[in-house]
Amino acid sequence: MKGNEALAEAAIRSGCRHFFGYPITPQTEVAAYMAKRMPKIGGTYMQAESEVAAINMILGSASAGVRAMTSSSSPGISLKGEGISYIAGSDLPCLIINVQRGGPGLGGIQPSQADYWQATKATGHGDFQILVFAPSTVQEMVDTVADAYDMAEKYRMPAMILADGMLGQMMEPVVFEDKEYVPAEKPWATNGHGFKRERNVTNTLYLTPNELEKRVVDRFKRYEIVKENEPRVECLGTEDADIIVVAYGATSRIVKSAVKSAREQGIKAGVIRPITLWPFPDKAIAAAADTAKAFLCVEMSMGQMVDDVRLAVNGKKDVHFFGRTGGVIPTPAEVLEQIKKIAGGVK
Amino acid sequence: MINLLNKLTIITGHYGSGKTNIAVNLALDLKKMGKEVILVDLDIVNPYFRSADFTEELEAKGIEVSAPVYANTNLDIPALTAAIGQAIVQREKYVIVDVGGDDAGAAALGRYSEDIMARDYNMFYVINRYRYLTRDAEEAAEILSEIELMGKVKATGILNNSNLSYETSVEDILSCAAYAEEVSQETGLPIAAHVIRKDLLAQCPLERTYGVDIFVKPVWEKKQDSQDS
Repeated sequence: MKGNEALAEAAIRSGCRHFFGYPITPQTEVAAYMAKRMPKIGGTYMQAESEVAAINMILGSASAGVRAMTSSSSPGISLKGEGISYIAGSDLPCLIINVQRGGPGLGGIQPSQADYWQATKATGHGDFQILVFAPSTVQEMVDTVADAYDMAEKYRMPAMILADGMLGQMMEPVVFEDKEYVPAEKPWATNGHGFKRERNVTNTLYLTPNELEKRVVDRFKRYEIVKENEPRVECLGTEDADIIVVAYGATSRIVKSAVKSAREQGIKAGVIRPITLWPFPDKAIAAAADTAKAFLCVEMSMGQMVDDVRLAVNGKKDVHFFGRTGGVIPTPAEVLEQIKKIAGGVK
Repeated sequence: MINLLNKLTIITGHYGSGKTNIAVNLALDLKKMGKEVILVDLDIVNPYFRSADFTEELEAKGIEVSAPVYANTNLDIPALTAAIGQAIVQREKYVIVDVGGDDAGAAALGRYSEDIMARDYNMFYVINRYRYLTRDAEEAAEILSEIELMGKVKATGILNNSNLSYETSVEDILSCAAYAEEVSQETGLPIAAHVIRKDLLAQCPLERTYGVDIFVKPVWEKKQDSQDS
């Protein structure tokens, strides 16, 4: 399957019956797939009049307690920012897909990772976080969808799958597990009290600053639990590595190819691949900083995740950066060259 | 199969069925046989993983590549050039036309249908049983009829390209032979060939096979440049 199709099918199998979106390259296959499948399984597909409308439909359906999903690519996610903030401020779970393309502005349609800051630090206004997952294979995209929904519901917060044009468009074989979706209890859902319980309210407006502050502080206590328990990371050859290359998503596959070549040439290199970008796996990186001699962060951007890598390394070792942007994909050879350059310095 | 080709060969099929990889292989094989070859990238639907990606390496081998004006740029516009029409009309050189997916892609073909129907041609319908929406013969036949309706050109044969990318085993291919037969019966089209990766070809007892190299793949699967000295 194509990455985009796999995301859509995985969402359906995870119980998603409400999809609201708006076409944009390179994620349009998600919407196209939903448009074909949803009517056949009793679900709802709606092409909204804009990204802003789509995210507000998500706010409504998430409030009603159903599994809803929207998807877009970079400029479209910017438009959704306001709605994402409302969903986070309403403590509602939902799934948002961002198949990143080059920016800023209209940018380009080729793959990019320049929305890291947006996804992990500023999806919208206000004090809040969302869960951000960064799968690197089509199979992992499939597996992540169910986890993202479960975790979003557990912590009552929006989840985002941060993919890129490469992952969305490439094809790989995938396996879908036969797992039946059992809806979790959602006592907070605004799905009709039937005069049997107090009415539930979805709201982000609080009349006094103290009341609002308490809400936000409580939410941040929940974030601490997420940061403690949920970071995910893949470490490859880090135990004896002199140089650790940090990369996520499609870039991590380019990096793995380069690191393999480096090992073949006698350079002790390893890979740390954050699978969750928020919560960021800073403990794994901090631990590696005790044994490795230098870090290299590789991204399809001018350097965004490298900030979090530097925070985790905390000055213990040098953190280098290599990136291509604007839709240009780094090659394994370019990454290998960077590794060799650093290896020349640390030996 | 390659020896039986007319000078005009059109490759159609569902999205991601493997059209581009087959088109590039055919162009290279014809060139190896000493033919003059033009590869036309007629994909106006999906801007990724397309024949135009291979322009540089094909041109280096003496194959002409004709693509929509803005192919491989950030301008997502389906503008077709006069050179594409010229390639389809001329009768000197071999032409391979790589069409976009489904009926949406075949719309571009409709523009040239009169010129195509006026001459001998092959139009292959590429099928991969492992692709969603063409998993059974009925679905596959439905997509073909949509392609023919929109493209206003009748298909002449089936290329069974059933595969699971890099995980493909001989068993995976053999288990789809019956499916290809069913599609053949459902559509009334002969199976022109079973398309099989060259390294699996020797172990495959099927008749009418066409061995291919895999050109369409992500950057990390491509051989690294030898510039790392």
